[in-house]
Amino acid sequence: MADIRNNFVGIKSPNPFWLASAPPTDKAYNVERAFKAGWGGVVWKTLGEEGPPVVNVNGPRYGAIWGADRRLLGFNNIELITDRSLQINLQEIKQVKKNWPDRAVVVSIMVPCEEDAWKAILPLVEETEADGIELNFGCPHGMSERGMGAAVGQVPEYVEMVVRWCKQYSRMPVITKLTPNVTDVRRPARAAKNGGTDAVSLINTINSITNVDLDLMAPMPTIDGKGTHGGYCGPAAKPIALHMVAEIARDPATYSLPISGIGGVTTWRDAAEFMALGAGNVQVCTAAMVYGFKIVEEMISGLKGWMDEKGYATLDDFTGKAVRNVTDWQYLNLNYVTKAKIDQDKCIKCGRCHIACEDTSHQAITKSKDGVRHFEVMDDECVGCNLCVNVCPVEDCISMIALEPGMLDQRTKKVVDPNYANWTTHPNNPAAKTAVEPAE
Amino acid sequence: MGVQGLKDGIAAGRLAADQYAENFSDLHAPLGRHEALVEADRCYFCYDAPCMNACPTEIDIPLFIREISTGNALGAAETIFKQNILGGMCARVCPTEQLCEEACVRMEAEGKPVQIGLLQRYATDEAMEKDKQFFTRATPTGKRIAVVGAGPAGLACAHRLAMHGHDVVVYDGKPKAGGLNEYGIASYKTPDGFAQKEVDYITAIGGITIVNEKLLGRDFSLPELLDGFDSVFLGMGLGGVNALRADGENADGALNAVDFIANLRQSDDLSTLPIGRRVVVIGGGMTAVDAAVQSKLLGAEEVTMCYRRGKEHMNASEFEQDLAASKGVVIRHWVAPKRVLTEAGKVTGIELEYTALKDGKLQGTGETFTLPCDQVMKAIGQTLATDGEGVEIAGGKIAIDEEGRTSNPRVWAGGDCATGGEDLTVTAVAQGRDAAESITRFLQSA
Ligand SMILES: Cc1cc2nc3c(=O)[nH]c(=O)nc-3n(C[C@H](O)[C@H](O)[C@H](O)COP(=O)(O)OP(=O)(O)OC[C@H]3O[C@@H](n4cnc5c(N)ncnc54)[C@H](O)[C@@H]3O)c2cc1C
Ligand SMILES: Cc1cc2nc3c(=O)[nH]c(=O)nc-3n(C[C@H](O)[C@H](O)[C@H](O)COP(=O)(O)O)c2cc1C
Ligand code: SF4
Ligand code: SF4
Ligand code: SF4
Repeated sequence: MADIRNNFVGIKSPNPFWLASAPPTDKAYNVERAFKAGWGGVVWKTLGEEGPPVVNVNGPRYGAIWGADRRLLGFNNIELITDRSLQINLQEIKQVKKNWPDRAVVVSIMVPCEEDAWKAILPLVEETEADGIELNFGCPHGMSERGMGAAVGQVPEYVEMVVRWCKQYSRMPVITKLTPNVTDVRRPARAAKNGGTDAVSLINTINSITNVDLDLMAPMPTIDGKGTHGGYCGPAAKPIALHMVAEIARDPATYSLPISGIGGVTTWRDAAEFMALGAGNVQVCTAAMVYGFKIVEEMISGLKGWMDEKGYATLDDFTGKAVRNVTDWQYLNLNYVTKAKIDQDKCIKCGRCHIACEDTSHQAITKSKDGVRHFEVMDDECVGCNLCVNVCPVEDCISMIALEPGMLDQRTKKVVDPNYANWTTHPNNPAAKTAVEPAE
Repeated sequence: MGVQGLKDGIAAGRLAADQYAENFSDLHAPLGRHEALVEADRCYFCYDAPCMNACPTEIDIPLFIREISTGNALGAAETIFKQNILGGMCARVCPTEQLCEEACVRMEAEGKPVQIGLLQRYATDEAMEKDKQFFTRATPTGKRIAVVGAGPAGLACAHRLAMHGHDVVVYDGKPKAGGLNEYGIASYKTPDGFAQKEVDYITAIGGITIVNEKLLGRDFSLPELLDGFDSVFLGMGLGGVNALRADGENADGALNAVDFIANLRQSDDLSTLPIGRRVVVIGGGMTAVDAAVQSKLLGAEEVTMCYRRGKEHMNASEFEQDLAASKGVVIRHWVAPKRVLTEAGKVTGIELEYTALKDGKLQGTGETFTLPCDQVMKAIGQTLATDGEGVEIAGGKIAIDEEGRTSNPRVWAGGDCATGGEDLTVTAVAQGRDAAESITRFLQSA
C-alpha cells in the first residue's frame, strides 16, 4: 500500500491533505472535527493583530455558481480574517496542537505592513508550538482596502520585506500565501524567495462578482441592496491555480521552492494534479465547506489506490513529475498530428460534436450517412482541435488519435514528419532562427 | 415467437432451446462505466445519509459512490466490503426499493432514487473480476470457532472471524456452500455461478475450512462441537417448510416451492426441467414470486399465485409483484387452498375458498371455486428444522440478543434461523458479522 505521509518544509503530516485557512479552521471545534475525520493538517484561519477583532457583515457573505443538478462549481466570499479574539485563537491553537501532535498545525497571519506589528505577533504564535506560519498576502476584499492581504501580495517589494521580518523574528517555517490577483505570479514568488521564505502557497481567492440580482440590480451576495467583489474559489478556480503553481515550479528563479497547492481541490485526482505540477501538498477549503470533512476519506483512498496502480510508493515518487512537460507554446511540436475518432458503439448520437465543429470549427464531422443520423470525423477536414472531445457528453466516446510518423495527414496531404519541429524554426515565423531546444 | 410447448401435464422442454438462456439472463443488466458515472453524479453525498442508515449492514453509501465518481471503483469496493463481504450478492438480491433506495433523498426530491444497488454491483464486480482482496488476517489467535451453515450469515461470520485471526470450520449439510444464495435466490438475480465465485472470494482470506454434507443433529451434536471449539455460530437458516394442511398435498405434482427452486438452481440444462402447463403457487412472499416467475420463464402457459390476504399484506415487495405481473403471472388475493384435486394420484386442480377479514380475523367465506392445474407449489413459509439443540427458541427461531448471543454463553446465532431482522440476505450478513465481533470480544476477555 502506498505511503502518503507528507513532509512539507519539515512539517510532518500523515497525509498531504491540509485544510486551507478559512472558516473550516476558524476554531478548535472545527479543527478537532477535521482531524477526527482524517485531515493531515490545517492552516488556522488568519489571525490579525491584538485588539478589537475585525467584524464581518451580518448578512450573506457567500455566493456561488452551479452546474447541472445544482452542483456547486464556483464559490465566492466577502468574509474577512478571523473575527474572534487573538488570545482565544492562540489558546485554542496551543491546545489543539498538543492534542494532535502528529497533525500539521500552521497559523495564518495578517497584520499591518509595519515591522512592529509583525514583531509583536510572531512570538505569540511561536509560543503555541504550532508547526509554522503562513503569511496571508492574498485576501482580495475588505482587508486589502486596509492595506493588507492582496494589497501587500500585489507589491513584490512588500512581500519580500515582510517575509524577511518573519524570518528574522521567528524560528518557524514561513509559508508565503500568494494572491492570484496579479499579472505575473512569478514576481511575488521570487520576492518571497528573496526574502527567505521556506515555501509559497497558492492561490488565495480571485476577485469576482458571481452573479447579479436582477430585481435588486445589485451584485450578490447582497447586503442591504449593495454588494462588493468577493474572493472566488472552488472547482472553477482550479485551472487558474494549476497554471500559477506550474509557473512557479518551472521558473528558474524559484525552481525547487516548496509549494503548497490550493484552489478547487475536491477529489484525490485534483490533489494528484497539483502535486504532479510541483506542489508538495495541497490545501482545501471550498470542497470541505460544500461536502463536509468526510470527503478526505475519498481523497486518501483514491490517492493511495492510484499510487498503487501506478507503482508510486511515496509522494516523492510523483511530485513534480509533470513540471518538465510544462513548456512555452513556441516549443510545442508542430509535427505532431492528431485526428478525432468517434467510437460508434459509445456514441449516443446527440449531434453536439457535429454542431460544434460545423458552426464554430472546421466542418469535420458528418451528420448522416446513407440517410441516417450518423456522426463521424472526416480526417481530411479535422485539425485535431479537441473541441468535439470536450463537448461530447459520453466519456471516452471521442478520442484523439496521434498519426504515426510516416502516415499521410489527409487534411494537409503531407506525410507526418518523425522529427520534432517547433515555431522557432518554422518557415512562417519571420523571426525563425536556428532550432532552440525547450528549457528543461 | 409463437405459442408453443402446450403439452398438457408436467413436461420438460416447453421452450425453444435458445429461449432458456434469454429468459434466465440477468434481471438488471450491470451498469457500464458511462452509466455508472452518470448515476454516481446524482448522489448528493448526504450527511448521516438516510440510505446508509436504511442498509442493515450500514455500508457507507455516499463514500463508495463518491469513490466511483472519482474513478476509484476499487476503493469503492473496499468501502462496501468493509461492512458487507457479501456486497456483491446483496447488490443483486437486496430489495433496495424497501431498503437503501427507498430512503434515498432523491426519492423524496423527485421519486427517482440513486440506483445504489446497481452502483454497488459496479464496484464489487470490478474488484471481484480483478480478484482484488482487501483484507488480511490478523496474527493467529489460536482460537477455533465452528460455524454451522455456509449461507450468508455463516460466511459473513466466518470471514470476520478469520480476519480477526481465528481459525474457522464451517459445516454445511449441502454439497455446495452458499446457502440460499446457491439454492434459493431466483436464478435471474444471480446467474453465471456467481454464488460459488463469491464463496471463493470470501474464503480466499484464509483460515476458513468448509466441510460440506455434515449436518448438525445428524452427524454431530452441539455439545460435541462445543467440546472441540472455543465457540459456535449457528447460521443454518430455515430448513423446514410449512405444510398446507390441505387434502392431496402429497399428490404427484404438488411440491415445495423451495425444492423446485433448488432443483432449478442446480440444473445445468433447464430444458430438461419439467414444468406444468398450468401452475398454481400458494403463498405471497418472495419465494412464491420467485417460484411463479421461474415457472413462467420455464414455459408454463398459466401461472397463478394464490394468497389468502390482500395485496397490501403480501411479503413480496411492490417491485417483486410488478415483476411477476410483467412476466404474465396472475396474482389472486383473498383465496385459500382447501383441497388439491387429483386423478390417479396426479394433480388436476385446486379447490380454493374465498377469504375475508372478520373482526380482524381471517376467515373462509364458505364460497369456493376450482382452478384446473397440473402443478401446485407450496410457498407458505419456512421453519426452523432443528429443535435448537438445547439453545432457547422464541417464536420458532433461535432467540438472540442484539449481539447475536444465544442462551448458551458459548453459542451465537444469526440469519434466518435467529430472531430479529427480516429474512433477507443482507440481514443475515449483518447478523453474522456482528456475531463475529461479539465472539471476538468474548474470546479476548476470556
Ligand atoms: C426462494 C427464496 C428467494 C429469496 N430471495 C431473496 C432475495 O431476492 N433477496 C433477499 O435479500 N433475500 C431473499 N431470500 C431470503 C434469503 O435467501 C435468506 O434470508 C438468507 O439466505 C438467509 O441466510 P442464512 O445464512 O441465515 O441461511 P441460508 O441461506 O438458508 O443458509 C443456511 C445454510 O445452513 C445449512 N444448514 C441448514 N441446516 C443445517 C444443519 N443442521 N447442519 C449443517 N448445515 C445446515 C444449509 O445447507 C444452508 O447452506 C430468499 C429466500 C428464498 C427461500
Ligand atoms: C469563506 C472563505 C474564507 C477565507 N478566508 C481566508 C483567510 O482568512 N485566510 C486565507 O489565507 N485564505 C482565506 N480563504 C481562501 C482559502 O484559504 C483558499 O485559498 C481558497 O478558498 C482556494 O481554495 P478552494 O478552492 O479549495 O476553496 C478563504 C476562503 C473562503 C471561501
Ligand atoms: S449555514 Fe448555518 S449559519 Fe449559515 S445561514 Fe445556514 S443556518 Fe445560518
Ligand atoms: S457528441 Fe459524442 S455522443 Fe454526441 S454525436 Fe458526437 S460523438 Fe456521438
Ligand atoms: S440518500 Fe441518495 S443522494 Fe443521499 S447519499 Fe444516499 S444515495 Fe446519495
